[in-house]
Amino acid sequence: MAAAVTIGEASVPHLPRGVRLKFDKPRDQWVLLAPERMFVLDDIALEIVKCCDGKASVAAIADDLSARFEAPRDTVAKDVIILLQDFADKGVVAA
Amino acid sequence: MNAASPHIDPPLAMLAELTYRCPLRCPYCSNPLEMTAASGDMDTGQWLGVIEEAADMGVLQIHFSGGEPTVRQDLEDMVGRAEVLGIYTNLITSGVLIDQARLEGLADRGLQHIQLSFQGTEEAGADRIGGFRGGHRKKLETARLAGEIGLPLTINAVMHRQNMDDLESMIQMAVDFGAKRLEVAHVQYYGWGLRNRAALVPTREQLEHATEIVEAARERLKGILVFDYVVPDYYARYPKSCMGGWGRQFLNVTPSGRVMPCHAAETIPDMTFDSVGERPLLDIWEQSEAFTRFRGTGWMPEPCRSCDRREIDWGGCRCQALALTGNAAATDPVCEKSPEHERIAALAAAEAAAGTDEFEYRRFGQGG
Repeated sequence: MAAAVTIGEASVPHLPRGVRLKFDKPRDQWVLLAPERMFVLDDIALEIVKCCDGKASVAAIADDLSARFEAPRDTVAKDVIILLQDFADKGVVAA
Repeated sequence: MNAASPHIDPPLAMLAELTYRCPLRCPYCSNPLEMTAASGDMDTGQWLGVIEEAADMGVLQIHFSGGEPTVRQDLEDMVGRAEVLGIYTNLITSGVLIDQARLEGLADRGLQHIQLSFQGTEEAGADRIGGFRGGHRKKLETARLAGEIGLPLTINAVMHRQNMDDLESMIQMAVDFGAKRLEVAHVQYYGWGLRNRAALVPTREQLEHATEIVEAARERLKGILVFDYVVPDYYARYPKSCMGGWGRQFLNVTPSGRVMPCHAAETIPDMTFDSVGERPLLDIWEQSEAFTRFRGTGWMPEPCRSCDRREIDWGGCRCQALALTGNAAATDPVCEKSPEHERIAALAAAEAAAGTDEFEYRRFGQGG
């Protein structure tokens, strides 16, 4: 049986097959399209999801976002893990 | 949203009912009681035109359904076109007509996801409910193939009084097949389901037990299996937000091209529906009588109009109001604020206790 994913600094997140990031032009928003569901992304969630390329670790993503947005790394890392864990539980992020 | 502000966003999703043909005869089928024969189905070119219009409007997801959509050999072309246009594609299927080559072909054209329905987990019982011998085995094979190909899979477990004991094994089956999502869908009472309600409606105790099982499994399988739980709202306090509100998020195109706010809307006797090809899809969505009649809150009677839940459940379900009161504009009688509420709950309980187990199976109205 498949095991549930626990997101940590070493995790390397990606969007699994069947999940797609798309700009929803008529409603002027970014969405994650998933099986029979969709999730509207706010600006922070969008930046995090864009980093889920299957190459960067959560640690690297936190470093990157912390530098780009001049925010404390600890806070950024915590937010990234919370968001990705939630998406992993919903089946729209894999790691 | 109200009558004074006519702007409406485009629909998020389109249900494309490619045909009403289906080898199964499920006694709760959502298709209408009177079905048009296959000769009334739109051709490939017409459907591709609908898909183009949907993409132009900003539809994000297309659910290919039926009937059984894989009856059509041009399904691959439709999936391919939708994917090229950037629309997320989902196949809602019984799975009994699909072999490996077909499933691989669909995946190659970009199909994102497959929703596979099951009537039970035990072969004889499942085949009896579906009215198609050998159907259950074929479904098991299709689920296995989806896993082999890596195509994301949702199992749709249609639950009612006669298969409620299969719920635990249904959950296990979904996990074993590597499905990422399980829809535990109690039968809804429209069309064939309404016709067979006395044979399908669960007791309140059965429903409560099923809800406990789902809640426990949801917690236990967090991160492994996502649950979507559809309850029979006859026993509920409030009605469901049917289709996310009439004409707000969703449109349905029938095999012959009629455009409807939901798959049961045809039961509303004085409502007229426009067809694709005769009027632009966007215009039908924004302006047509069928889509605007129950959109927003302006149409609502009391107690809905002043209810603080009016933009939560959007008045519940119009087809259910029609089926249970004879008036599509009435307060959905499953709501505890409806004067009919007690009568409906009592009706369900009485049918669950005394109803027959005999089904009237789905069939084509005109000998199809």
